[in-house]
Amino acid sequence: MSPSQSIARGVRPRHLIAMTSVLLLAAAVLAFFAGPTQAANSAWDDIRQELYGAEREILPAEGIIALEAPYRALDAATVPVTVTSTIPQTEDRYIRSLTLIVDENPAPLVGTFHFSPANGVASISTRVRVNAYTNIRAIAETDDGKLYMAAEYVKASGGCSAPAAGDAEAALARLGKMRLKQLGAWRPNELSEAQFMVSHPNYSGFQQDQVSQLWIPAHYVRRIELTVGEREILSFDGDISISENPTFRFFLMPRGSEVLRAKVVDSENRVFEQSWPIQVEPSS
Amino acid sequence: MLPAAAALSTAAAALPYREVAEGIFVRFGLHEEVTADNCGAIANIGFIVGDASVAVVDSGTTQQQGLALRQAIADVTDKPISHLVATHVHFDHCFGHSAFADLPLRSIGHRNLPRALAERGAFYVQLLSGICPDFAGTVVVPPNETVEDRLDIDLGNRPLRLKAWPTAHTNTDLTVFDPSTGTLWAGDLLFDQRLPTLDGSLLGWLEVLDSLLAEEVRRVIPGHGAVSDGRAAITAQRRYLETLRDGVRQALADDLDIPATLARLGADDLPDWQVVEDVHGRNIVSAYTELEWE
Repeated sequence: MSPSQSIARGVRPRHLIAMTSVLLLAAAVLAFFAGPTQAANSAWDDIRQELYGAEREILPAEGIIALEAPYRALDAATVPVTVTSTIPQTEDRYIRSLTLIVDENPAPLVGTFHFSPANGVASISTRVRVNAYTNIRAIAETDDGKLYMAAEYVKASGGCSAPAAGDAEAALARLGKMRLKQLGAWRPNELSEAQFMVSHPNYSGFQQDQVSQLWIPAHYVRRIELTVGEREILSFDGDISISENPTFRFFLMPRGSEVLRAKVVDSENRVFEQSWPIQVEPSS
Repeated sequence: MLPAAAALSTAAAALPYREVAEGIFVRFGLHEEVTADNCGAIANIGFIVGDASVAVVDSGTTQQQGLALRQAIADVTDKPISHLVATHVHFDHCFGHSAFADLPLRSIGHRNLPRALAERGAFYVQLLSGICPDFAGTVVVPPNETVEDRLDIDLGNRPLRLKAWPTAHTNTDLTVFDPSTGTLWAGDLLFDQRLPTLDGSLLGWLEVLDSLLAEEVRRVIPGHGAVSDGRAAITAQRRYLETLRDGVRQALADDLDIPATLARLGADDLPDWQVVEDVHGRNIVSAYTELEWE
């Protein structure tokens, strides 16, 4: 392992993001271009230590969640990831949170989704940046505090330093705009699927301006809160490894014609809010 | 005269230049993926000779390809190189620029090019360094002059009209029109034979295609493929892009996510195009993330 690798690995993911030091960021970029690493497990060991401590048991995910990610990603800046929960969300037992991790990313912690029994099922689909050949992990925490982990290996590279394809100006003009899509028909107290999208460049801070020689600063969505009526339906604490225009598919149990509200806070503490009346059909 | 001319060893750097119209010379790129053998010599690059000076339009993927371009110019004229034009940000078009770094010339690009090179340069450099043995010594060189909308230059009795386009193939597309011969150097706004790669805006590109071929354009040099009057090529490209747009719109209307959309459209049969593998899938993802905001 090169010295630059050990620098990047030794720093807590959160601190990596907060860093403004050009040198340390440069080291992190180099670290992660050092190529498909043989040290995948040591990256995970460090991440695990930081997030959960060495002692806490992490169980295999079979029977709790399943993780889907493409073995070979076409666009490293937009890698679709789906975590499917195989247990229902009940008051007696439910998944409290799902954490996504991309081992070899400069900021391995993609983020954590928080659920409640009101979701019906704690499944989530989103898109992440992948910067090197890596394991992607989903860790479910159930209400009793137990941890369950699923992992998939993904071949992709450059997703953090290459912005997603598209038009940066158009993306900035749309900053903070949101969409809510009701997938299929929603009925009261039945499992219903939604897609939430917020327009945000989610700059990783890993691109350099060649003229000024300055790093384009990270600018990303750090928290999303979705509520229906008074119920918190989904919240997300995130980081730069979520793709541009953060997008989630998730489930909920609507009670009737309520209002779904979204609040998004980014790393510059800008707050964006929007709400939508839910369209509900009569019970089946 | 050319410092590293002796080092031009690869087949890629040795691809010939052909005069496609009076005073316009093109090295035609190969319809291949980037490999160690071709070192990214996959795009059309070349130069235009006026009475007083020479303008380079795109410089290839490596410094060696840029040096080969300089040699090709020296083979046909001793006039100085006054302009270096980048048609867009992609490495196969403007990463040979460092071969001209010692010359006092006007290096011109779209107004978005410096920022786009900043965003992508390091990534492309790393990517290519792992593939191409010739890539050592190649550095990203941003333009010293940018085009907001239009810019007229003159090579001596040879005026050229540069136009910066709205986001289409990329957000840095620039074309060069030579009224003397009615030739439009279209860069990657037009692909012929090789499957178009979408890295900007699908809807923007379709709109640009409406006005790309003005009446006075009699000949088009595409970014990839053969020189022609451009009409058939533009029709074929429009058909591909419109089919992509309609397919992705339908997938969105059917609430398909990206994997399901790739499963539905990714196996499309595209017999008219070359180098399809992966490119079509990436185009689908790109179109999806654009059109979901319609």
